[in-house]
Amino acid sequence: MTNAASTATQPGRSATSEAVRRLPEYLMIWVPLLLSAAHLISFSIWTIWISFTPSTLIPVSGWVGLRNYTAVLASRNWQIAFDNLLLFGIAFVLLSLITGLLLAILLDQRIRGENVLRTIFLYPLAVSFVVTGTVWSWLLNPGIGIEKLAHDLGWTAFHFDWLVNRDMAIWTIVIAAIWQSSGFAMALFLAGLRSVDADIIKAAQIDGAGPIRTYWRVILPTLWPITITVVVIQLQFAISAFDLVRALTNGGPGIATQLPALVVYDLMFQRSQLGRGAAAAVLMLLILLAVLLPYAAWRYVQRRQANHA
Amino acid sequence: MRDRSFTPGRILIYLVVTLFAAGYLAPLVVVVLNSLRTNEEIAQGSMIGWPQHLAWGNYALAWSGFCVAETCSGIRPYMLNSALITIPATIVSTLLGAVAGYAVSLWRFRGDNWIYGIVTLGLFLPQQMRLLPWTIVLRDIGLINTLTGLVLIHTIQGLSFTVLFCRNYYIAIPHELIRAARIDGAGFFRIFWRIILPLSSPILIVTVIWQFTHIWNEFLFGVTFTTGQQQPVTAALIALSAAVADIPQHGVQSAAVIIAALPTLLIYLFGGRYFVRGLTAGAVK
Repeated sequence: MTNAASTATQPGRSATSEAVRRLPEYLMIWVPLLLSAAHLISFSIWTIWISFTPSTLIPVSGWVGLRNYTAVLASRNWQIAFDNLLLFGIAFVLLSLITGLLLAILLDQRIRGENVLRTIFLYPLAVSFVVTGTVWSWLLNPGIGIEKLAHDLGWTAFHFDWLVNRDMAIWTIVIAAIWQSSGFAMALFLAGLRSVDADIIKAAQIDGAGPIRTYWRVILPTLWPITITVVVIQLQFAISAFDLVRALTNGGPGIATQLPALVVYDLMFQRSQLGRGAAAAVLMLLILLAVLLPYAAWRYVQRRQANHA
Repeated sequence: MRDRSFTPGRILIYLVVTLFAAGYLAPLVVVVLNSLRTNEEIAQGSMIGWPQHLAWGNYALAWSGFCVAETCSGIRPYMLNSALITIPATIVSTLLGAVAGYAVSLWRFRGDNWIYGIVTLGLFLPQQMRLLPWTIVLRDIGLINTLTGLVLIHTIQGLSFTVLFCRNYYIAIPHELIRAARIDGAGFFRIFWRIILPLSSPILIVTVIWQFTHIWNEFLFGVTFTTGQQQPVTAALIALSAAVADIPQHGVQSAAVIIAALPTLLIYLFGGRYFVRGLTAGAVK
């Protein structure tokens, strides 16, 4: 502690009693920080270690090399989960970006009731994924949801059975996820739009640029850093998505909407395949790192440029 | 700059935002309406419709009479569980985060940047990397399938967020303030109590709202480490949907969903500004 040097020990007090007096301080600083840091490091290392052992029902030591990894990678469950993650990740991120940007641009037009609208677009974020998934599972269920409503209203040719259709079920997760978190993209984009220098916009308008041209050429290019941040955070959510799928489709029909997080849970707690479950968790981490490391590098370059400017 | 008159272009803008708003509100409206319709009424038609008579009884049933698995106590015990997990974990993780955030930002010590860096790793590391170790730790200390166990997990894991929020806020406080207080002989806690805390209400509100929402809505740990009567409401809702799959009771279920979502929705409605600040603070990590 640097403050030990500045706060001189009072005369008549020994160094020991000084340390005792300051014990609560040390405890309050170090215990939570060290608990947090230590559990993150040790838990991660432990899971990585288990992924190389033949553990099934209980953790055991031993070394099986990459056998758990090859088993997971070769399983149909994981292959479907990975393909789904690619589709879900890309579709969800792109569509929520487009929706969020569109909403932000519309709200940026000085419209009446902006506060109310912003509140409406953001409230799904306050609701749990379990609730979101449950509600959308009702709406999208052909027997009781939108399809049934259309049939009751006399439109019997209407067909919307994605929830129970193997090929389309993953899109129901995309729909619910967009409903849940496009407001987040909107909030960040709106903050970005509002921070664009008004003088630059005015200058563009004086040069005769119309609103669309002004947005396209002047305003939107400034949103790149925000866009990248939104993409990374939404991808992070997509990679670890669990509750939403559990509540909406529970991975079904069959295993059509399987995602990596569900595979991990299934291996660890339903099939008692601890080694394979840990391997699947490490694979999730690797997918995440494939997104986060380039982002961290980009942030680093940005910061350096900002410092040099 | 941009005018406020009603040109065709602006009418189009209003039309589009209204449509979007309707789309965002629709699921909430549907559930609220369903929570007031009888199960028979829903079964005859679809989930989407006006209540014929207001079936307020759904709420009473969802709250204290509905059966989840073999127990017919509604979602009341699970709401209580969630409250008993969320409130202490929110308070403790926020307080510890404030002290630790203050220590790493204003009271520099050897290795503080390293520790802080590792703690913020918790924002990125997938929860799945920590599921098995938590299982073992909770079992060894006898806290598996207890509310205390979940409080412990959420407190420790929550530190990643609370330390980050508080540190980013405290780093902007002038160091001279601290230096002057130290010259006057004030110690770590005195400075925290007298100088830092009085300045902290904006960030503490953000942190509390963020932690409360996160912990209340959390599902993975709840479903992994607790069963039956010990589950938080998110896990109970899933069990409830599975339990009634044969005889649908969508009216009562809708009421249960509304009740379970109410605490965080209310916090959002009354603290929306701080909620959004938490979102964006979490985004710019």
